[in-house]
Amino acid sequence: MPREKIEIPGQIDHLSILDKDGNLDKDLEPALPDDLLLKLYRTMVLGREFDARQLSLQRQGRIGTFPPITGQEAAHLGPAAVLRDSDWLVPSFRETVAELWRGRTIESILLANNGYNEGAEMKPGMNMMPISVPVGSQVIHAVGIAWAMKYRGTDDLAMVFFGDGATSEGDFHEGINMAGVYDAPVIFVCQNNHWAISIPRSKQTRSKTIAQKAIAYGIAGIQVDGNDILATYAAAREAAERARSGGGPTLIECVTYRLRMHTTADDPKRYRTDEEVQGWEKQDPLLRYQKYLKAKGLLSDEEIVSISDAIKADIADAVKRAEERMKEIGDPGDAMSMFNHAYAEMHPYLKEQKDRLAAELKETAKEGDNG
Amino acid sequence: MGKMNMVEAINLALKQEMEKDGDVIVLGEDVGVDGGVFRVTEGLLDAYGEERVIDTPLAESMIAGASVGMAIHGLKPVCEIQFSGFSYISFHQMEAHAARYRARTQGRFGIQMVLRCPYGGGVRALEHHSESREAYYAHTPGLKTVIPSGPRKARALLVSAIRDPDPVIFYEPKAAYRAFREEVPEDEETFPIGESEIVREGKDITFITYGAMLQRTLDAADTLQEEDGVEAEVIDLLTVSPMDDQKFTESVRKTGHVVIVHEAHRSFGPGAEMAARLVEKSFLYLEAPIRRVTGYDVVIPLYQREKDYIPDVKRILHGARETLEF
Repeated sequence: MPREKIEIPGQIDHLSILDKDGNLDKDLEPALPDDLLLKLYRTMVLGREFDARQLSLQRQGRIGTFPPITGQEAAHLGPAAVLRDSDWLVPSFRETVAELWRGRTIESILLANNGYNEGAEMKPGMNMMPISVPVGSQVIHAVGIAWAMKYRGTDDLAMVFFGDGATSEGDFHEGINMAGVYDAPVIFVCQNNHWAISIPRSKQTRSKTIAQKAIAYGIAGIQVDGNDILATYAAAREAAERARSGGGPTLIECVTYRLRMHTTADDPKRYRTDEEVQGWEKQDPLLRYQKYLKAKGLLSDEEIVSISDAIKADIADAVKRAEERMKEIGDPGDAMSMFNHAYAEMHPYLKEQKDRLAAELKETAKEGDNG
Repeated sequence: MGKMNMVEAINLALKQEMEKDGDVIVLGEDVGVDGGVFRVTEGLLDAYGEERVIDTPLAESMIAGASVGMAIHGLKPVCEIQFSGFSYISFHQMEAHAARYRARTQGRFGIQMVLRCPYGGGVRALEHHSESREAYYAHTPGLKTVIPSGPRKARALLVSAIRDPDPVIFYEPKAAYRAFREEVPEDEETFPIGESEIVREGKDITFITYGAMLQRTLDAADTLQEEDGVEAEVIDLLTVSPMDDQKFTESVRKTGHVVIVHEAHRSFGPGAEMAARLVEKSFLYLEAPIRRVTGYDVVIPLYQREKDYIPDVKRILHGARETLEF
């Protein structure tokens, strides 16, 4: 028998619990407590409102370039919400709602988005990496973290986020392959938002789904409706149980859509149509979830307005605090601080450079006074 | 402990640190069952098991990146890239993350990891197996780049590198792996990263070198003594970055003449940095132009011609005599 078929294990499920109009599939509904359902809702609204506020701050020149998340709230909040405090979240850069859920403050995000290194300060005990700008490079870090967790005999897990573009990067493949070989407790979450700046999903891979790449690496994979927070939560909960019980990693593809630009420096009109965007606006994860909560009797029209107003007020306070902090730090800040964290201990030649800059700043300030 | 070659000495450092500290993990290609292609990690798998001595898939970026993740969680990974010529695939992880995490997180996460790899020519190897490109790493703030020259220093420096809170590139001169033996004490020994050493004292000319070039530079110094009556001072740099300029700038104030010897390409190489520091700090004491005896700005030739690329005693002597006669 020189040529015969090899059985390849694996089929990819697509999971959807709330349909595009917010109708519930009762059989699949995850039984979540009311307070958790409402906390998820508030955090999604916070993400949406904060995005809008940041966009206006950016247009006014009060912060710099940032990557909006509107439309992707469910795709990254659902998975992050299954994590325990001792688990680790490894973000790329479009998971703002997940970061807020894990305890990062609005002020810290504003500082980072306005070019202050202080914005990436991570509070001790907050098990989260700062955002990672080089696409896909953070995927491997989660595998290392997961190795450490397993080595230490815990049942913790690491969850890493990336986009559809990242699945073309070598680091995605190297990381997922290593995790598969050694059953590392990692959940790989792809926010497939269809666009890597101007490159459509169809030009990243010929594969029908991103989730099916799991089959090649011998790990579990699932595609979910990324605009359905019940589905993203349920899929991640299943993956977490698998990881914690020694069943190894899972690749979750959350099919979603970036409703705004890649970053504020991008003009999406150059590469996609308004019709396409409008089609996805109708599948808004927030509206779907509102409908579900209303049907459950957990949310009224009045509460939708009052929650939104309260969140806007919180954001306004946070913006105020952030801008006060920016003033405190100074503009462009204490230049000397750039030397502080190059190494654990400053080496002599760096100290010389620091001292020279200090002397030069003093001199030029004097010259400025004279002039 | 007796006399050891560099392979055995590095192996001793790994064993003793793994014995002492359960957070030290070794990972890389062929480091487990095979004991490493140069046998540097021999015996570690048997002693410490698969959870601490990891035979990884063939993926250099992953090896470095997983080490970053391990370090974030408090482990102390010592990863091996089989040859420095393949380390450029992992360079991205070292540059983009390992080197930056401390600054990025304002001090919360330092990446305590060591990336070991054999480098340099002289062992009749294939293409990509003979380069000396430590400057790539030395040019990256946040990394430290260490290059031992012999067994005893290799052991002491690796112990220090494993304990260093910052990421250390540990370049091992493979030409020196089994070239000679030295007494290596059984008891723990460390050597400070960021410090050079005067290995031969002299008053007439200063040689600055490191790695596999140290032995031939010492040979050249002996010849100068015998044939020319010249007393040469030889400084073993040991850490390329951050560079200890104190010893060599002081030495040159005494000798006025300096020859820098390294295998790395000349332009933008470590010697260029040494020359700059000398001009900054000892300019008025220089009695002759700074001389560099180094590899050339070409791809290192295959091994039939590599001896013409790599500095040898003759070239070092020639450089020294020209400098002295200036």
